[in-house]
Amino acid sequence: MAQQTPPAIKFDKVSRHFGDVKAVDEADLEIRDGEFFSMLGPSGSGKTTCLRMIAGFDRPTAGQIFLYGQDVSNLPPYDRDVNTVFQDYALFPHMSVSENIAYGLMVKKVARPERMKKVDEMLELVQLSGFGGRKPSQLSGGQRQRVALARALINHPKVLLLDEPLGALDLKLRQQMQVELKAIQKRVGITFIFVTHDQEEALTMSDRIALFNQGKIEQIGTPAEIYEHPKSAFVAGFVGTSNLVRGEVARRITGMDVTFSIRPEKIHLGNIKEKAPTDSYSSDGTIRDVVYLGLYTRYHVELDGGGDLVVVEQNLKSTSMDVLKNKGQRTRLHWNKEHISKMGA
Amino acid sequence: MLNKISTYLYLRPKLVLWLTLGPPLTYMIIVYLGSLFNLLINSFYYLEQFTGLIVREFTLGTYARTFEPANLEIFTRTTLMAIAVTVMDAIIAFPLAYYIARFTPPKLKTWLIIAVTLPLWSSYLVRVYAWKLILAKEGILSWFINLLGLQGALDWLLGIPAIGGSSLALSPLGMFIVFAYIWLPYMIIPIQTALERVPHSLVEASSDLGAKPLQTFRTVILPLAFPGVVAGSIFTFSLTLGDFIIPLSLGNSKFFIGQAVYSYQGTAGDIPLAAAMTMGPVVIMIIYLLIARKMGAFDAL
Amino acid sequence: MRSNSSSLTPKAPLALTIAAYAGLLFLHVPILIIFLYTLTPDETTYTFPLPGITFKWFGIALQRADLWRSVTLSLQVAAIATFAALILGSLAAAAVYRSNFFGRESISFLLVLPIALPGIVTGIALRTAIGGFDIPFSFWTIVIGHATFCVVVVYNNVLARFRRMQGSQIEASMDLGANSFQTFWYVVFPNIATALLAGGMLAFALSFDEVIVTTFTAGQQTTLPIWIFSQLSRPRDRPVTNVAAMIVMLITFLPIFLSQRLTASSSDTEGNSK
Repeated sequence: MAQQTPPAIKFDKVSRHFGDVKAVDEADLEIRDGEFFSMLGPSGSGKTTCLRMIAGFDRPTAGQIFLYGQDVSNLPPYDRDVNTVFQDYALFPHMSVSENIAYGLMVKKVARPERMKKVDEMLELVQLSGFGGRKPSQLSGGQRQRVALARALINHPKVLLLDEPLGALDLKLRQQMQVELKAIQKRVGITFIFVTHDQEEALTMSDRIALFNQGKIEQIGTPAEIYEHPKSAFVAGFVGTSNLVRGEVARRITGMDVTFSIRPEKIHLGNIKEKAPTDSYSSDGTIRDVVYLGLYTRYHVELDGGGDLVVVEQNLKSTSMDVLKNKGQRTRLHWNKEHISKMGA
Repeated sequence: MLNKISTYLYLRPKLVLWLTLGPPLTYMIIVYLGSLFNLLINSFYYLEQFTGLIVREFTLGTYARTFEPANLEIFTRTTLMAIAVTVMDAIIAFPLAYYIARFTPPKLKTWLIIAVTLPLWSSYLVRVYAWKLILAKEGILSWFINLLGLQGALDWLLGIPAIGGSSLALSPLGMFIVFAYIWLPYMIIPIQTALERVPHSLVEASSDLGAKPLQTFRTVILPLAFPGVVAGSIFTFSLTLGDFIIPLSLGNSKFFIGQAVYSYQGTAGDIPLAAAMTMGPVVIMIIYLLIARKMGAFDAL
Repeated sequence: MRSNSSSLTPKAPLALTIAAYAGLLFLHVPILIIFLYTLTPDETTYTFPLPGITFKWFGIALQRADLWRSVTLSLQVAAIATFAALILGSLAAAAVYRSNFFGRESISFLLVLPIALPGIVTGIALRTAIGGFDIPFSFWTIVIGHATFCVVVVYNNVLARFRRMQGSQIEASMDLGANSFQTFWYVVFPNIATALLAGGMLAFALSFDEVIVTTFTAGQQTTLPIWIFSQLSRPRDRPVTNVAAMIVMLITFLPIFLSQRLTASSSDTEGNSK
């Protein structure tokens, strides 16, 4: 009878108010053991405050935080089995790379030989073997990032927090680190909580995502769920691009009183003379603008009864000459009924 | 054990704040502000002329005495001196600060800044003393002036009643030189800091728009450096107002505020009058500081 | 961003260079003149050029017990005032840096007052208060006076260092399992150590040659600056005063110079790590 593992992190109506500002407001959240979980949202949405409360740098003004079933709401950071990779890395400038990494073990008074052995393992894990004697100032941004990661992992925390750790890196290095982070997580099997404002990063790396907006969690789900079925206009707009259709236009298309979103790539630019397939919605319009973007082309279509939709099509066969000719053409847009996400009016 | 104390404190940031802020704040409030306040109260007492005892009764009479012609003259003399010294220091300091801020490579800059700061911290008294040697009738400056054949000019200067005297060491002119010398670093550093903050791009933009170097200097650099001058003047002005060592060691018998305060409380034992006289520079300085803050000079400190 | 300290330093106009170096000479030559005068054989006047050269005043100065008593006293006062300033100044800096409290801006103002207001104000205020409470003027009243204006020096140095330090370092340390005390010892202290040293040395130099406040807070004690000051009005062996002045210069020069180097060089290395 294996007892079920409690969630790695559980928020029970957690709020953090700074005076009148509700940085986090009655958030409920469960993060599973071993998960790669992302907290996504614009700056000021409360994601970083949540991370700081898990780490213990900040405490909730109301509600409780549980770490594997234990209430940690009022424990100082050093009494929590949680470690953090900081946005600015926060390496200690007066210590060498090895001393930085060994720091957690040193304050726990682990014997020196043991410490050195662990440090070497960590250096190897983050591919920095041989860099132990250097000072942080002698490292590149990407290398400092790895040191910060190794320093946080050496304690084998139950949960690793990453606060926009890739923000300072250039695009190439960032993509490489995304892959590496995933690989390292698989290897060490620790729950990762990743804070980012970059939706693409969240979509590619996460098992699940929590989307924050103005101190509240808008939606929690797998990347596919969030992308395909956004529960609110905010989610639809923040993750990827989306057409939001409401009011009169929505009623004309669906025959119902709804607001819905539809992703631009799900819409087909149909021939005005052909009938739309059954089980799909359709609407006629005129192509007002064509933007050729290499991999795909973006069309802005003005609907006959008012409103407009953005449509993208991959340039499988067409060239820029072909697509640009479409400007001013009439079209019958149609898309599968299942591809719309209805949301509360 | 330490862990427990640490956690106890960690959960009570307010307590930690009071533990850290408490001692310095208590010290400064009790010792310093308390003394200042006590001084203020004393300025409302008066000295019984016949018994020589201080009467602890509220009166504005002591303040009235500070407006007696002799004392007013002291205030005017000191304020004029402070203004003259401030202007002189601004004139000497600006080229040096400008040179350090804009025309020196980093290594030389570090050294020049140290060269300017050293006298700021190093012995004030000894530097005054040095001028006693220099300004003495038989001293190095007279020798140098003779060498240049300018003895006549010096005699003429010393002959002017308001600034002259029997020798440089015993004249307001000599005091003026020493004041300007002593407080000079206080002027250089804020100006240099302010100039350092003038973005390079602004200067380039100005010359890009067709301004000649002198125009750029006048329309861009000077206005932006002005808060630095004001910040520096806080020190030169305040320090001149309150100083009594220089007038005591170098001046003639005409009193300056600091000197007057010193002798009122010392030989005369008239603490109320000394206290009331001290409030003069304090009030002048507070007004000065408020104006300076309005002009953004505090950022240049 | 383009920094001013790039190698593209523009060339200064000649007149500016001359004015700048003339200003520097004006600042430094007078001090050298004192050194020169320690060698004069002339006992009663300040004749220049020196009528001759002698080293006897160093020997005579060595014999003068009153001079050495005041040197010792000044060293003691400076040491204790500096110690007090180190504690009070760094506590205040830590409080201002770590927390956001009502009236935080006023703290700097309060601490800077003793050096912003004319020294005579501080001096007479302290004298009146000490006298009013019938506290005897002593070694300790001198120290109390000196501490008031030394605190701000340490405070400014330490606070500036705190502000340059990455704040997340403290969080990182606690996050890795160090309690507040360990964090202070392993992370905070090494970060501010040179600032403490620099501030402490400046405070020491400031106290060692302070004369204005001291004339008001001292009783019968004669600190070295007071000794020199009394020599100014009632000279006895004038050239011995020159030697004493030189001692003051040398004792204060070293700590000031070192503290300047310390703050300059540590800002260099921090610049690199960014």
